[in-house]
Amino acid sequence: MLDVRGLRKIYGGHGREVEALRDLTFTLDPGELVCLVGPSGCGKTTLLKCVAGLLAPTSGEVLLDGSPVTGPRPGMAVVFQEYSRSLFPWMRVRDNVELPLRQKKSLGRQRRHALVEDALEAVGLTASAGAYPWQLSGGMQQRVAIARALAYEPEVLLMDEPFAAVDAQTRAGLEDLVRKLWQERGMTILFVTHDIDEAVYLGQRVLTLSASPTVVQDELKITLPHERDQLESRADARFAELRTHVYAQIRAAGTRPAPTA
Amino acid sequence: MTPPPSATRPGAAALGLAGLLGLLLTVEVLPRSGVVSADYLPPTSRIVRALAVELNDRAFWRALGDTLTGWALGLAIAVVAGVVAGVLIGSVPFLRAATASTIEFLRPIPSVALIPLAVLLFGTGLGSTLLLVVYAAFWQVLVQVLYGIQDVDPVTRDTARSYNLGTWARVRHVLWPTALPYVMTGVRLAASVALILAITAELVIGSPGLGSRIAVAQTSQAVPEMYALIMIAGLLGLLINLAARTVERRALFWHQSVRGEAVL
Ligand SMILES: Nc1ncnc2c1ncn2[C@@H]1O[C@H](COP(=O)(O)OP(=O)(O)O)[C@@H](O)[C@H]1O
Ligand SMILES: [Mg+2]
Repeated sequence: MLDVRGLRKIYGGHGREVEALRDLTFTLDPGELVCLVGPSGCGKTTLLKCVAGLLAPTSGEVLLDGSPVTGPRPGMAVVFQEYSRSLFPWMRVRDNVELPLRQKKSLGRQRRHALVEDALEAVGLTASAGAYPWQLSGGMQQRVAIARALAYEPEVLLMDEPFAAVDAQTRAGLEDLVRKLWQERGMTILFVTHDIDEAVYLGQRVLTLSASPTVVQDELKITLPHERDQLESRADARFAELRTHVYAQIRAAGTRPAPTA
Repeated sequence: MTPPPSATRPGAAALGLAGLLGLLLTVEVLPRSGVVSADYLPPTSRIVRALAVELNDRAFWRALGDTLTGWALGLAIAVVAGVVAGVLIGSVPFLRAATASTIEFLRPIPSVALIPLAVLLFGTGLGSTLLLVVYAAFWQVLVQVLYGIQDVDPVTRDTARSYNLGTWARVRHVLWPTALPYVMTGVRLAASVALILAITAELVIGSPGLGSRIAVAQTSQAVPEMYALIMIAGLLGLLINLAARTVERRALFWHQSVRGEAVL
């Protein structure tokens, strides 16, 4: 479904080169929920932008259903970390969700409205459709952004540390929301986070990135039961094992001798 | 960027009013006590009487109408031209680079330096006023629009791109709202400048309006009438600014500089 092959990104310009990504290769199967975890500054956002077609890689390629991604594709949607900047403050919630759909000329008005209503209902924001994003709490704003992505009906949903800026309680609710939506809609999700617990709780598989210069350090199948619960799953002995494994991998990556750049 | 429109508290308003009364009182007392000759500065009461006479004169209202016509027409042309040119230049990097130095050269030319040219082209008609008003107001709008277009947030831009928004949708739903606070500032500045230039043109060139009426009052030694007309001009400027700020606040209700305040 989604193939990332030999991806490398070097930011240039201003007399300084930053190698954000060295060599990343991984694959997502259709309908999979994969978490990508790595320390701050290791290039997670860079990777996601390359996958989304927002940024051209220096070398390597991204394939969606076998065809190379060279620009934003209708089959993909991105949920950004900075929800307040990603939502348009001059538009009501409903219009924010609807705007991308208006670009899909094949959708009729009624279908469009149905998609919007449906997406808002899925994230529990039907009552806030007429509000402006800045009238809502952070968690609600990120739900609007998720609804916007859902209404777009992507095959692949890319999420960049979507819950890093909300409080712990709201965050737990949003994590369960992602699991629920994934199960209901069967999309493929690539969920990026710096939070090991979040990655282990959410994913079917966790890819661990090293610190910069970035490679895939480790790949781990999450063997927790399919139905997850914030209290039970996190109290599970296997959960502790898995998170310890990921943590050790990240630490190992950090102590790796730095290659001469 | 756009400063938050100041909410006048009752205390501040009372203080402002007291200051104004003080000024009027001083102007009343100075000529009466002989500190200043009443030939140059008539007392307030005399100016107010002249004002009353003006307000009853149809010629005054015609002059006011002429001034406002020149102002509004010139402002409208400048705003439309400034916005269109700004969006065009601002969103095409090549045009931006190509015009940058020309703009920096033309912009500082004071509009009044164009008076001889205006007279040459349009004589003493409305055209002269319009030329000066448009020239002065256009740059205010253009420069603000150019700043505004540059201000699109990177995350907002990525969002628009990732959802494949077309060119028109991006201009309409991203670029324009982002630039709007700047546009509003530009329009507000342009509105004030336009009034100044409208009255200047009338005063210097003699095209019909409040300005030429002030000139006539001056040459015919009608000093209180002259002051009355100057007061009107000042009041006009005040009202225009007030109106511009109200429009600004309404249009930018979603903007962080406005939305924190009590809803009107
Ligand atoms: N536009 C850019 N130009 C130059 N360097 C960049 C740019 N964006 C990110 N970087 C650098 O690339 C590295 C990875 O950044 P980023 O992808 O944002 O990491 P993360 O999302 O994991 O925190 C950082 O060292 C950052 O400074
Ligand atoms: Mg990031």
